[in-house]
Amino acid sequence: MSAAVSPRQVVIVGASLAGLRAATALREAGFTGRLTIVGAERHAPYDRPPLSKQFLTADVPADTALPVPDGLRARWLLGRAAVRLDPYRRVITLADGMRLPYCGLVIATGAAARSGVVDGEPGPEQGVFTLRGRDDAAALRAALTPGRRLLVLGAGFLGGEVAAAGRALGLDVTLVESGAVPLERAVGAEVGAFVGTLHREKGIDLRTGTTVTEFGTGPDGRLKGVRLADDQLLAVDVAVLALGAAPATGWLAGSGIEAVGGVPTDSRLRALFPDGTTVPGVVAAGDAARVPQPLADGAAPALGHWAGAAEQGAAAARTLLLGDAAPAFAEVPSFWSDFHGVRLRSVGLPGLADTVKVHECDRGARRVEASYHLDGRLIGALTIGRTSRLAAYRRTLAEYTPR
Amino acid sequence: MQITVDLNTCESHGSCVFAAPEVFSFDDDDHLQYEAEPDDGLRAVAEKAAASCPVRAITVVPAS
Ligand SMILES: Cc1cc2nc3c(=O)[nH]c(=O)nc-3n(C[C@H](O)[C@H](O)[C@H](O)COP(=O)(O)OP(=O)(O)OC[C@H]3O[C@@H](n4cnc5c(N)ncnc54)[C@H](O)[C@@H]3O)c2cc1C
Ligand code: SF4
Repeated sequence: MSAAVSPRQVVIVGASLAGLRAATALREAGFTGRLTIVGAERHAPYDRPPLSKQFLTADVPADTALPVPDGLRARWLLGRAAVRLDPYRRVITLADGMRLPYCGLVIATGAAARSGVVDGEPGPEQGVFTLRGRDDAAALRAALTPGRRLLVLGAGFLGGEVAAAGRALGLDVTLVESGAVPLERAVGAEVGAFVGTLHREKGIDLRTGTTVTEFGTGPDGRLKGVRLADDQLLAVDVAVLALGAAPATGWLAGSGIEAVGGVPTDSRLRALFPDGTTVPGVVAAGDAARVPQPLADGAAPALGHWAGAAEQGAAAARTLLLGDAAPAFAEVPSFWSDFHGVRLRSVGLPGLADTVKVHECDRGARRVEASYHLDGRLIGALTIGRTSRLAAYRRTLAEYTPR
Repeated sequence: MQITVDLNTCESHGSCVFAAPEVFSFDDDDHLQYEAEPDDGLRAVAEKAAASCPVRAITVVPAS
């Protein structure tokens, strides 16, 4: 697809952040054709970041609805999953058998929480949760009642936030992490240790270098405890698996698109076949996509960040309308996380660094400033309590990303 | 052009500062400062800033 033939019929699969931003951008750019938005969940678009934060702890659940602009003029097919894509006939099939033809297709199906630590793992009815959607969050919130003991498996961003929310609700919390410190791969050992200290200061029982090997349930079928790799037994009532997310691309099986770790795209977010050719009329955005990063010399890591999903959704829509005339996607990635009343904020790709420089690490003031480097070049930066410092790093990073 | 930021909603994310440093900035304590009536030439970046705010605290009203 190079010529910009205006599509008459655009289908967006995935009714969340990236999909809604794509829809909005299409109309803003003057698309007047037919617009259909398909979503597997029954909910109108909502925001996920609060689900592991305010949503769990506020007396009244935080309102997470994403505003749908007036004049979007979309046909919404909610509670209906896409199950198949035929990119040659340009047809999507939904679970109920409905077939949707398209001229332009936006793949924005996001990601699903990973689970399956052990065989025969208990599920939410037994007290073992994952957290990705609003229904998961509502069920978890109902289970986090005072006096219960919470185990969180995985001390990444999501796990750290859930553990912090559990503490804020007054539960006993154990946080189990297989690495030596939380977030080591994402932010490096020293910042990871700082985060670990924050967890411990708040009374979380952080256990590193271990994992859960067994879930034990009582006669009523409910979770009673877990066994750790070192054979220790912990009595717990509720467990959350915070093990990351995998792109929700199973529905593309048989389409010819090989979505390993996300739909591969070119720099304009056009989906690619394994031979490197573009899939006609198909773009991908957000957590379902793997977009080349100029900062990483065009490598395409899966990111899973709010800002990336929002920006890519809009950019993918412009590509559908403009083809080669659309600008290449070159936003500097950025990410935040909130826990224990602090905000961690990063720009660039700290996880790819070979060297970390910690410029400030003040436990009393709960402030951190670190820069991340690869082959001697700045590749990312991170702050806690010092967002003000990030703008300068971001400017430097933006200079590496040709526009 | 008139810009308002609902400071009760603002969570100091800083996305607006990234998107439109000409309009938004932080003091050293991560408190937001901004230009309420910037030049109309900054409209595009101001709108980008409003769209990038995760809590939608920013309203941009074009000059009439
Ligand atoms: C609990 C939680 C907290 C987070 N906190 C932060 C944070 O603090 N900071 C940050 O930067 N990022 C955070 N994120 C990440 C951020 O929310 C995601 O990057 C963002 O939601 C990605 O948007 P998306 O539209 O690509 O995918 P999603 O939001 O995952 O949406 C995809 C949608 O597609 C639907 N779908 C899936 N398969 C199909 C199908 N076959 N047919 C139809 N529809 C389908 C899904 O139901 C879903 O609604 C968090 C994520 C979670 C889950
Ligand atoms: S992006 Fe929004 S929340 Fe963040 S500082 Fe700006 S106005 Fe406040």
